[in-house]
Amino acid sequence: MTSLNEEVFPDQASNVPVRKVTIRINGENRSANVEPRLLLAHLIRQGFNLTGTHTGCDTSNCGACTVLFDGQPIKSCAMLAVQADGHDVMTVEGLATASELHPIQEGFKDEHGLQCGFCTPGMMLTAKALLDENPDPTEDEIRWALSGNLCRCTGYQNIVKSVMWAARKINNQAAN
Amino acid sequence: MYPTRFNYESPKSIAEAIALLHQGGGEAKILAGGQSLVPMMRLRFAAPEMIVDINNIPGLDYLTVDADGTIHIGALCRHSDLEKSSLLMAHQPTMAAAAPVIADPIVRNRGTLVGSLCHADPQGDWSSVMMALGGIVVAQGPNGRRSIPAADFVKGPFQNMLAFDEIAIEAIVPAPKGIPNGGYLKLERRVGDFATAGVAVAVESSQGLIIRAGIGLTGVGGSTINATAAAQSLVGAPLTAGSIAHAADLAAQAAQPRSDHRGSASYKRQIVKTFVVRILSGVVESIERAA
Repeated sequence: MTSLNEEVFPDQASNVPVRKVTIRINGENRSANVEPRLLLAHLIRQGFNLTGTHTGCDTSNCGACTVLFDGQPIKSCAMLAVQADGHDVMTVEGLATASELHPIQEGFKDEHGLQCGFCTPGMMLTAKALLDENPDPTEDEIRWALSGNLCRCTGYQNIVKSVMWAARKINNQAAN
Repeated sequence: MYPTRFNYESPKSIAEAIALLHQGGGEAKILAGGQSLVPMMRLRFAAPEMIVDINNIPGLDYLTVDADGTIHIGALCRHSDLEKSSLLMAHQPTMAAAAPVIADPIVRNRGTLVGSLCHADPQGDWSSVMMALGGIVVAQGPNGRRSIPAADFVKGPFQNMLAFDEIAIEAIVPAPKGIPNGGYLKLERRVGDFATAGVAVAVESSQGLIIRAGIGLTGVGGSTINATAAAQSLVGAPLTAGSIAHAADLAAQAAQPRSDHRGSASYKRQIVKTFVVRILSGVVESIERAA
């Protein structure tokens, strides 16, 4: 377990009050001193350098910044970093192991579930939360679960197929 | 965009939160789900000097139903808690219909019903639902608690009746005197968009007669609309095709829609009318099924 203590934002003005937050991120405790107005998405990206989390819309609409917060998908651009103090966060970087892709990542690769890739991290994390709760979802359930994540390239068809692919793989692994 | 600078406070009790609000003197804002407040702060439509984050106050995330059917929704009960609740499925059809169509699934994991009422967005779904149900908001301030009917709680667009040092700690749906029925229908261009128009209908029936009715309209006026004349027209009689059509006409008259990119005013009025007919026709079917 490593601990980073970084001054994240801003302006490095010495009189700006900061708070220390410690977040368990992808299984590792990391700390940073942040201004209260710093959004979780920005702490993840600029503070922890985990740039797989994307920020798309500035209005908590698009879902590209989705991370798992205590296991549940949330839009990290609509949460203050200070609110995540003491909580568990998983970003897209937490899906794969050093040697192996997560079945959801394999599914997106196999079924061409992405084109430009901007929405993909959010899509995959929402899909992970869905499969954790419902390992064998129907197409409708997948579409419903992903309805807060926008994709402007794929038309969603292959994203849904990718999640179904992942569900089959996870279920086959569990059966063996 | 970043929000403007603010002092962040994270009280551990309601009393502490109220003291902070009092100290903030009108420049403090409560942060619950944050799904409207944080984007508004990012866009700098809102620039509070102090944020009082109530997420660390224990015991506010409840959803309970009393023996008599009264429903209590705590200030930290999330939309997704309501959506997944078998209690609501069994006891409250209007709320059960609304919960899955609030915003989108990810926003529902954070956003709260009580916060949505306080936000008082004319496009907010829960205000219409709570008006239709005759709901109550319980506010707590330095001088104790008071109850505010949901119908009076919205003062105008984005304005509620809370004093600057009061917190809405729960919403209550009073015990039904008859069999509760109803629904919520919303037309949106895509998931997560604001409603083009939405209609909440809540009725209670006893021995084939409607003994209480409420109709709330979303997104068709400067604030949530309580279509009282339409609702009153249903009370004391059985639901018939004629009474449904009449109530639908009255509800459409109560709407004050404006033409915009989501549709013309007359189109929105037509949606209101159609939704009232659809929900009440569904109620007739469910009463017939039960009989």
